[in-house]
Amino acid sequence: MARRLASLAAVAALALTLSACTSGGQAKPSSTGGASGSISAGARGTVVLVTHDSFVISDALIAEFKLKTGYTLEQRAPGDVGVLVNQLVLTKDAPIGDVTFGIDNTFASRAVSNGVLAAYRSPAEGTSAAKFDLDSSNNLTPIDYGDVCVNVDHGWFSAKGIPEPVTLADLAKPAYKDLLAVENPATSSPGLAFMLATVSAFGADGWQGYWSQLKTNGVKIDAGWTDAYTVDFSGSSGKGSRPLVVSYASSPPDEVPAGGTTAPTGALLDTCFRQVEYAGVLAGAKNPAGAKAFIDFMLGDSFQAALPGAMYVYPVSSSVKVPDTWATFAPIPSSPFSMDPAQIDKNRDGWIQKWTDTVIG
Amino acid sequence: MTARRWVGWGLVAAVPLAFLGLFFVLPTGTLIARGFSTGGSLDLSGFGEVFSRPRTWRIVGLTFLQATLGTVFAVGLGIPGAYVLYRRRFRGQWLARALVTVPFVLPTVVVGVAFRSLLAEGGPLGALHLDGTLAAIVAALVFFNYSVVVRTVGGFWAHLDPRAEQAARVLGAPPWRAFLSVTLPALVPAITAAASIVFLFCATAFGIVLILGGIRFGTIETEIWIQTTQFLNLRAASVLSVVQLVVVGAVLGVSGAARRRRERALHLTAVDAARERLGRADWAPAVVTGLVGAVLIALPMLSLVLRSLQTSHGWSLQNYANLATTGGRGVLTGTVWAALGNSVRTAFVATAIAVVVGALVALVVSRRPHSRSGRRAIETLDAVFMLPLGVSAVTVGFGFLIALHRPLGLDIDLRTWWGLVPVAQAVVAVPLVVRSLLPVLRAIDPRLRQAAAMLGASPWRVFQAVDLPMVRRALGLAIGFAFAVSLGEFGATSFLVRPDRPTLPIVIYRLIGRPGAENLGMALAASVVLAALTAAVMMLAERWRPASAMGEL
Repeated sequence: MARRLASLAAVAALALTLSACTSGGQAKPSSTGGASGSISAGARGTVVLVTHDSFVISDALIAEFKLKTGYTLEQRAPGDVGVLVNQLVLTKDAPIGDVTFGIDNTFASRAVSNGVLAAYRSPAEGTSAAKFDLDSSNNLTPIDYGDVCVNVDHGWFSAKGIPEPVTLADLAKPAYKDLLAVENPATSSPGLAFMLATVSAFGADGWQGYWSQLKTNGVKIDAGWTDAYTVDFSGSSGKGSRPLVVSYASSPPDEVPAGGTTAPTGALLDTCFRQVEYAGVLAGAKNPAGAKAFIDFMLGDSFQAALPGAMYVYPVSSSVKVPDTWATFAPIPSSPFSMDPAQIDKNRDGWIQKWTDTVIG
Repeated sequence: MTARRWVGWGLVAAVPLAFLGLFFVLPTGTLIARGFSTGGSLDLSGFGEVFSRPRTWRIVGLTFLQATLGTVFAVGLGIPGAYVLYRRRFRGQWLARALVTVPFVLPTVVVGVAFRSLLAEGGPLGALHLDGTLAAIVAALVFFNYSVVVRTVGGFWAHLDPRAEQAARVLGAPPWRAFLSVTLPALVPAITAAASIVFLFCATAFGIVLILGGIRFGTIETEIWIQTTQFLNLRAASVLSVVQLVVVGAVLGVSGAARRRRERALHLTAVDAARERLGRADWAPAVVTGLVGAVLIALPMLSLVLRSLQTSHGWSLQNYANLATTGGRGVLTGTVWAALGNSVRTAFVATAIAVVVGALVALVVSRRPHSRSGRRAIETLDAVFMLPLGVSAVTVGFGFLIALHRPLGLDIDLRTWWGLVPVAQAVVAVPLVVRSLLPVLRAIDPRLRQAAAMLGASPWRVFQAVDLPMVRRALGLAIGFAFAVSLGEFGATSFLVRPDRPTLPIVIYRLIGRPGAENLGMALAASVVLAALTAAVMMLAERWRPASAMGEL
């Protein structure tokens, strides 16, 4: 009996030690919250960033931000852009951070009209960035942009001797039957962007008719980008069966083998929808000064230059250079489809409902 | 029972109740209540709105259909599996036991991609045309939940006294007859425990239904997710959450009734040394289990391992070498190994919480008070701790955000507390701990306790001398389960985890969401690592259990 008790006690002690280690290790960073804390010379407390789960910032950039401004960056990433915006709306009376990044033009109006943001005009926002301004209210500051486009597997079309499609209308032609995979706009951000491209291209009266044609033409609907691109697309390493997929204009460079000079895939530049990602100061932030400092930092050259590599998007600042592979393999569409964010916000749910009725039935 | 003892048991129950109240009932309740209030007053018009849509009825029906089929197949295939893996013995059994548990923790997005790669047009099984069908979803649900049945039923079966069945055989009953009339009735409590857990897991399956079924096979869970995270329609989401709670309540009610009809004190043997070798007479369960193991469990896992060894330059370990990096072009903030460290640390804390809370619940629920109100209180307590399995992770995750800023009027902000991640994982693991311990605790003959008490033992001494030796055998199972739940949990973790301290499933999800062969290869390699870690933990839990049990005899 004594031995049994001793072994039980040992297990309990081990568990306690382990949990104590973990709590000690993890509690430290968050215990420095608040702008008032002055831990060491030059330190000015913590800025809490609330962002989406595709956000990436290197340790070097976090260190540079701290060196330049004295603030320590702390991150929260509750989910995709929909989760991000909805959580900000639900917590607007007691915000979970100081600054937000990642709200795009498809969700911007919901954030603004719910009063989630405080106005701020960054002095770092140059004229090239200002072209992407949401409106004149200065609630949101543009940081980067990217295009959702149909991607094409060049090898598939050249092997079959079929010319590649060019426009959205081409995708509904019998020559391209059973070749396209798209994402569901109700569950996927690129899926939503592509649906908006079709609304923009064919108008409020015509877009549902277009989707009926796509359905007749054997379009494959997937829940998200991952299974569309890695399972169904023939141009990815998943080697699927469909040579056309809705992805990003920036996807092709990643399919170029190391040292390759030609890209096996490309983006159809006449099928693109422009997504702009914004940053903003959260209304009721504990550390508004730190929030502003981080927005300024995001517009600075070092952060802007890191955007293509880390997040697969183009910088809004024209003073930084995009990687060479991008210039070659990921050209920017000259006239992508776009739409007034207020119009998107007003119609999004209704359009998704109509899309579901048309395509899923 | 004396008043003093009542107070004692009340105190034992108070700890888990406070835990569940703060970290489950409060957040979920606050979010659902928000959906039913318009400008501060109660507004139930959402019910009429949601139920007037034909789609609602369709997804409720589909939820039942999927969960029922998933449960029927998991239980039907799992009982022979429990027999072969826990009632008989054979070479390499320990490995087989560990391997069947692996699917339980694999990230749904990886399993979804693996299944679809097999089933999609042009895939190896593309000719079967199963892509996007109900059959594919059910197969994946069985893949995930098979081990829940095998382990819950097997853990109980291993300790069932074989003499009753042997007596039936001696009296001339054929094996199937002896099984049906003697063994099966004794197993009913464990089977209903497993079935209710599997049903709740199936009914709240999310990622796998989305990926394999598209929007056509939407369930209550996927609908809550879309309404909450995309449309911010809390009215609809709250109505659906209530529907979910009603479903859960009904399932628990039915399984509780089935169990009570059968539950009684059984003869449990002290050790599972009485197991016979797997022999020729066992061909039927052995064939079924072999087929399930080969086709449903091993095939998808093998294809995962093979794909993780493929790179654009042929076969190599490059994907595994890359786990020490931050991904193609640095899409991660830390290496995959660092994420593994985060996962293991979190799992230790989550397991410790889940085992303590779950053991207390099981202990209280296993009592048999004489008064009707006492029994009713215990039945309610039993059901309440199962609820987290049947409620959407989205509801819990969003609920944390709005309820844990100054909870109960205290001036603390728990929303950004590091401990919330292991706590959320423990909330999901507690029901599994309870269900692993309870069948054993309940099967202990109460006369043993009464005898001990009669001889002057204090309640604590009774627990030590009677309950503890029996429970310790089931404890290994419970610890293994809790650890596995924590390692594999994605839903609630994704809302709460800090992006600079991600767990392994979060990192896998990130990698597989990026273009490029390198990132996909790393995601698959990381999944294999997660699978191997789980198998190793399960083996340790299995081995630790009999050794300590034997040591006390």
